[in-house]
Amino acid sequence: MSSATLGDAPARRSKKPLRMRVRRLPGWIGVGLLLLTVVYPMFWILMGSFKTQPEFLSEPFWALPQQVNLDNYISAFVEGGLATYIKNSVLAVFPSLGLILVFGTAAAYALQILIWKGRSVILVMFLAGIMIPTQMILLPLFNVYYQAGITNSIWPLIITYTAIGMPLTVFMLATFMRQLPQEVFEAATLDGANVYRIFWSVTVPLVRNAIFTVALVQFFFLWNDLLIALTFVTKADLRTIQVGLLNFTGQYGAVDYGPLFAGISVTVFGTLALYIFLNKKVMAGMTQGAVKG
Amino acid sequence: MESVFRNRRATALMLTPALLVYTIVMIVPILWSVTYTFQSGNAVSGFEFVGLDNWIEFFGDSTAHDALWFTLKYAVVMTTLQVAAGYGLALLYIFFLQNKSSLVRATIFFPVILPTVAVALMFSRMFEAAPTVGPVNTIFMWMGGDLTDFLGTPSYAFWVVILMDVWRSMGFYAVLLYAGLVEIPTDVMESAKIDGASSWRLVRSIVFPLSLPVLLSAVIFSINGTLKVFDSIVALTNGGPGSATTPLTLYMFRTSFAYGQYGYGSTIAFVLTILCLLATVFVFRSMRKDVTK
Repeated sequence: MSSATLGDAPARRSKKPLRMRVRRLPGWIGVGLLLLTVVYPMFWILMGSFKTQPEFLSEPFWALPQQVNLDNYISAFVEGGLATYIKNSVLAVFPSLGLILVFGTAAAYALQILIWKGRSVILVMFLAGIMIPTQMILLPLFNVYYQAGITNSIWPLIITYTAIGMPLTVFMLATFMRQLPQEVFEAATLDGANVYRIFWSVTVPLVRNAIFTVALVQFFFLWNDLLIALTFVTKADLRTIQVGLLNFTGQYGAVDYGPLFAGISVTVFGTLALYIFLNKKVMAGMTQGAVKG
Repeated sequence: MESVFRNRRATALMLTPALLVYTIVMIVPILWSVTYTFQSGNAVSGFEFVGLDNWIEFFGDSTAHDALWFTLKYAVVMTTLQVAAGYGLALLYIFFLQNKSSLVRATIFFPVILPTVAVALMFSRMFEAAPTVGPVNTIFMWMGGDLTDFLGTPSYAFWVVILMDVWRSMGFYAVLLYAGLVEIPTDVMESAKIDGASSWRLVRSIVFPLSLPVLLSAVIFSINGTLKVFDSIVALTNGGPGSATTPLTLYMFRTSFAYGQYGYGSTIAFVLTILCLLATVFVFRSMRKDVTK
């Protein structure tokens, strides 16, 4: 990485002549319009979350709400059950995420650093799982969960999420571990560290960023999952946020716009808050992981 | 040093949890699902062996053919547009915005992590025709168009789904391809510029050939994702109007859980799996040749 690449900022910091800047103006207008198509829909949803039903029905879309009141949010949480949905999502996603990371990191170490016959076969077996559509495992799993009598709990989600996260996690972490310099491991063995010590005190700290990246990818994947939650959650009060939101639209007749917009706003701006907080990490993870994948 | 890493007990200890979960919850159900394709029935009523009936039904089922056709059409159109939009944005980041691109990148990336259900509800409101007139129709009517029920007309509904999914995913492909493009050495670019190459020539003769490997991973990634499309369609059109936007995934979900036909559902899932494998192998082989040429 020592040689200059396209991404390195050109060092020309001096002011460009006015003519040059005018010539770039159409380009900037294009960029502005592009950003508007991303930002405006979300702004529109946010404004809508403060509007009353009559405002929705009689005023044009660009009208701003007459006052900022939180009634829609209150009814989204109280009548819509948004709080329950968020709680269910948290209860399903975080335990799964923890298991995925612990199991996945240990397995990647066993497959990439430890030496034994047949490890490449097992690694390919994990890799193949990335391609398989989830639809392929839904029915047998539903059958088993049904026979085991756990369909009315959050367990089917935790079990399925943990397994589904495994292929990508093992594969990405194994790839990162492959790039660690051999000397580190040699030095650790010379210092007398045993195999567990090398895992815990050498490998894990070295791939900490990769683990964080994987955690982010898996978090967003699980948090936004609809298919698995829709299949295995049969009771209304166990719905996750995505399934709950899907049921937010008036299935029977008129749409209650205000609470619906408030519900969307909570998910969109909740994600935005997290994203602003983690943006640098997300981007760094994407650019690092992409080239190696 | 090798002896430290040839530790059978450590290997077993660290690999077993991941391998066990992965095998029991993914590998076994995949094989199990294949046996369902020769059976009829479901988790509640029990199963019976029916031989090739499910396969015969699939070949004679016009709804299944429509779903297959929709899936293929969607995958081809989406892959083309996703990767093209991503590539265009990546070029924009590198050549036009250069070191000022990080905020633009972050903004355009944001929809990627948004829950699909929230985005779909937002789009369905934007394209709404009644009882409220959504932003898109309002703008459409300003420009002299008629009030159009976009999501109620089959041919339009397809393009609304496409538009939404491009909006959602272009930031991802932009960053993925950007990561590939920044690796192109600047000295190659500089010397071509000195030789008098135009920007178009530069892109065609240097940037494009050098970014083929990362384009290949983007295309494989995209095809695999688009063949499995589910969330966005369920939440935006629910397969409608009629069955105009029903992909195999949704048809499989309906046959299995609405009609309780596990055998037929598994058959559809199996067709989808074969499709994913074929597409990956096909793209990989055909593009590998170009890359190494």
